[in-house]
Amino acid sequence: MEQIPQIPKEKFRLIHDENNKDQEKIGTPSLTYMQDVRRRLFKDKVAVVCLALISIIVVISILAPIIAPHNPNAQQVTMSNLPPKLGNLNIPGMNGYQNMGGHMVDAYKQADAPKGTFYILGTDYLGRDLLSRIIYGTRLSLVVAVLATLVDLLIGVPYGIVSGWKGGKTDTFMQRIVEIVSSIPNLIVVILMMIILKPGLTSIVIAIAITGWVTMARLVRAQTFQLKEQEYILAARTLGEPSMKIATKHLIPNLSSTIIIQTMFTIPNAIFFEAFLSFIGIGIPAPNASLGTLLSDGQKAFRFLPYQMWAPAIILSVIMIATNLLGDGLRDAFDPQSSEN
Amino acid sequence: MAKYILKRILYLFLTLFIIATITFFMMKMLPGTPFSNQNRMSAEQLKIVKAQYGLDQSVFVQYIRYIGGLLQGNLGTSFQFNNEPVTALIGQRLAPSMQIGAQAMVVGTIGGILLGALAAIRKNTWVDTLATFISILGLSIPSFVLAVLLQFYLAYKWKIYPVALWDNFQSSILPTLALSALPLGTVARFMRTEMVDVMSSDYIELAKSKGNSSWGVVAKHALRNSLIPVVTIIGPMAVSVMTGSMVVENIFSIPGIGEQFVKSITTNDYPTIMGLTIFYSFLLIIVYLIVDILYGLIDPRIRLGNGGKE
Amino acid sequence: MDKILEVKDLHVDFDTYNGVVHAIRGVSFHLNAGETLAIVGESGSGKSITVRSILQLLAKNGTISKGEVLYHGDDLLQKTDKEMDKLRGNKISMIFQDPMTSLDPTMTIGKQVAEPLLIHNNVSKKDALKRAEEVLRLVGIPNPKARMNDYPHQFSGGQRQRIVIAIAIVDYPEILIADEPTTALDVTVQAQIIDLLKELQQKIGTSIIFITHDLGVVAGIADRVAVMYAGRLVEFGSVNDIFYNPQHPYTWGLLDSMPTLDTNESDRLNSIPGTPPNLLNPPKGDAFAPRNAYAMEIDEEQQPPFFKVSKHHYAATWLLHPNAPKVTPPASILNRYEKFKKLGGNVK
Repeated sequence: MEQIPQIPKEKFRLIHDENNKDQEKIGTPSLTYMQDVRRRLFKDKVAVVCLALISIIVVISILAPIIAPHNPNAQQVTMSNLPPKLGNLNIPGMNGYQNMGGHMVDAYKQADAPKGTFYILGTDYLGRDLLSRIIYGTRLSLVVAVLATLVDLLIGVPYGIVSGWKGGKTDTFMQRIVEIVSSIPNLIVVILMMIILKPGLTSIVIAIAITGWVTMARLVRAQTFQLKEQEYILAARTLGEPSMKIATKHLIPNLSSTIIIQTMFTIPNAIFFEAFLSFIGIGIPAPNASLGTLLSDGQKAFRFLPYQMWAPAIILSVIMIATNLLGDGLRDAFDPQSSEN
Repeated sequence: MAKYILKRILYLFLTLFIIATITFFMMKMLPGTPFSNQNRMSAEQLKIVKAQYGLDQSVFVQYIRYIGGLLQGNLGTSFQFNNEPVTALIGQRLAPSMQIGAQAMVVGTIGGILLGALAAIRKNTWVDTLATFISILGLSIPSFVLAVLLQFYLAYKWKIYPVALWDNFQSSILPTLALSALPLGTVARFMRTEMVDVMSSDYIELAKSKGNSSWGVVAKHALRNSLIPVVTIIGPMAVSVMTGSMVVENIFSIPGIGEQFVKSITTNDYPTIMGLTIFYSFLLIIVYLIVDILYGLIDPRIRLGNGGKE
Repeated sequence: MDKILEVKDLHVDFDTYNGVVHAIRGVSFHLNAGETLAIVGESGSGKSITVRSILQLLAKNGTISKGEVLYHGDDLLQKTDKEMDKLRGNKISMIFQDPMTSLDPTMTIGKQVAEPLLIHNNVSKKDALKRAEEVLRLVGIPNPKARMNDYPHQFSGGQRQRIVIAIAIVDYPEILIADEPTTALDVTVQAQIIDLLKELQQKIGTSIIFITHDLGVVAGIADRVAVMYAGRLVEFGSVNDIFYNPQHPYTWGLLDSMPTLDTNESDRLNSIPGTPPNLLNPPKGDAFAPRNAYAMEIDEEQQPPFFKVSKHHYAATWLLHPNAPKVTPPASILNRYEKFKKLGGNVK
């Protein structure tokens, strides 16, 4: 401290004439909110893997008619209950052999299957190709999920916005309805709807949507309530912007994170309900396959032919896990505080 | 507080009334009659049977009768199952359902709290990753899939437990496990989020600055504060356990009300469906009410009402 | 005077999403027994991190990469967690900024105040609660006996800060670290809390490190002042040195932006242009140079060392180098120099 460093005099020239040029510079390049969200999401390895898995499953479902090796509903009773076989590759569990009275027997030979016939995931009790049924079943389950989510969005989001935006008496009244709907156990509503409506895709979607929108409406309302008090919305209102314009220009973009995250949790929920209803026998009617009906059929033969349940169980679980984890990843990406501190 | 509870109980009855009304009219909208299966009945017989159940009167009279019966605790008479009153059916079958339901709730909630707390304390370590993985599995694998797998491997293949038998405590272990997975996963996730939040709060820093050890901070301050909000998800947990019990009871052949409900659905036994619907709703609303009161009791900010100056 | 605490060449880094932030870059100071040291600086200058490093209460992503914290000559940074727990709340305690969030919402305040006693002293619960009641009375909570069983939300902001102070002093600490204890409070309550701290200091003889960004508060409580900027100290000295004989252009800027009794209505308060530097890539030279109207070429190349102004007064600015040109500080600072002369000081 006491030593004074020797420094040439010319270094002590005042430079204040040019001193203002740098001071407002910000250290890192700024990103827009959505870019930032995307960057954070793609840094999350788990979320990326889940996104990839879901994309693959979705693509396969869309391309089901091209990819599925057989007609999913075509029965061929002579070929019933054949175990999985993958070409002539001799992989245990995938070679067409099954345990019969303590011996491993080539089930395909026993069924007099023509040479070269093989079912990758085996066949069910009516000789239908399981792989094709699973591909179509997944497709049906995803359709249920997407439709239910869409209805959820179409009812829940506007309901929440109106309730939160109007406030006062309108809000109180609308919230009373939400309270009553949500105090009835949704499963019971779903089951009652299923009993009244004819079993099928439409009734499942209606049944799930009739209770599902409540959560979305609640979240959107709470968020709208907060946003309403934000300065930029107040400014837009003071300037006399029409409500519709405020809703589409200011509200929806700011609600998007809440909506997207909630959607990621609605999808597995809808898939679960479909599987549940089909499992107890009031869901998708035969002969169409969904993950639920496949599980239900598989369960009946599980003790002797476990492969018939394993495949749909794994696919269902993978879809549920992947959507749940992707939902988590999205939430962290939208709201970095939730994971960083 | 007393006023609040009274108000809630009033709402309870209102909700039940609405549910009963909706259920009743929905059932009336159904095409066909419950006797359409028994097609050997002559027109004369059918008339007698209908009169016996009061189905020959107008819908409105039937409705008044039904609500009147409800007020006296009468849920109607089953069309199937030897014309037993629905309340008697529930009575016989309540105990097993309650047992596995309660066991699953206790196992799931306590397990979830421990798992979530552990994950939060060891945040961003392998413990956290493992706990998160377990809770995601619990959340994602439907209870009926889990039930079938447990039954096949533990009971059928390895013969550790009875396959489908209902007699002693041992036979309730597998259904309890299958049912507790979802509450376990949900509670663990919720608990972790809450506790991570609490652990980064100012009062935890102050507790640390008082000289509390890391364990002391968790035991004295963090746990209690993160547990309070967990109480709020007990209600939804009860719903999911109830949902699961319907199929799990079926898979394990447990003579409970869940199994009864599914059976009634497949046999179009409307009075039983209606009765059980109202019973289930009643049960859940009671659970929600208890949880709300409990929450008020353990959170001083609510307990003391408007004494706060916030 | 005894140095009871000495911080030497402290460096603290934070691992963040964007990279390593060098939040503290070589801070040294000491605390004498019985005195109040104020650390002043704008938000983000590293005041809080510096004092948190003393108690090792940094966030998980923060590490003390270099330095020593000597408490009675013992390096606290070498101590185990357990040994640190014994000091915290007992020998060294801390008051936090926000009284609204610093108290456990689900524990009665009696228990919260008694907690340090139960941790550190072998006392019964009853005695601890009794002592807690006395301390609550000492910090000015009316009717403490009845209010012991109340919860934090039943108290006002000012009262809660008194309770936080009660927790900090209940075990008669040697050192009290107050991290912006008045920032979240109303001005009138601020004055009460400052008075309370001064009164307590006399009663229990504790030394205080007082962190603030408010120079007005400093004048009322501190014996010595250290000015901090971008993770380094820029000037330190007695209260009179800093207020009436400031040497660093940053200190000038701080004082120039503060209203005084002499400020006329027509006078405009000045502000320091620009924002503090990004500590992800700290500047090579003087961090204040880009905002400094008196910056010289050397400021951009080399960090200034501390130059001695008077016995206890040092400032880190190249303007004090013998080769530096003579500059004229802002008018309000010249006024302060005049006052300093009246007080009998030597102005350079």
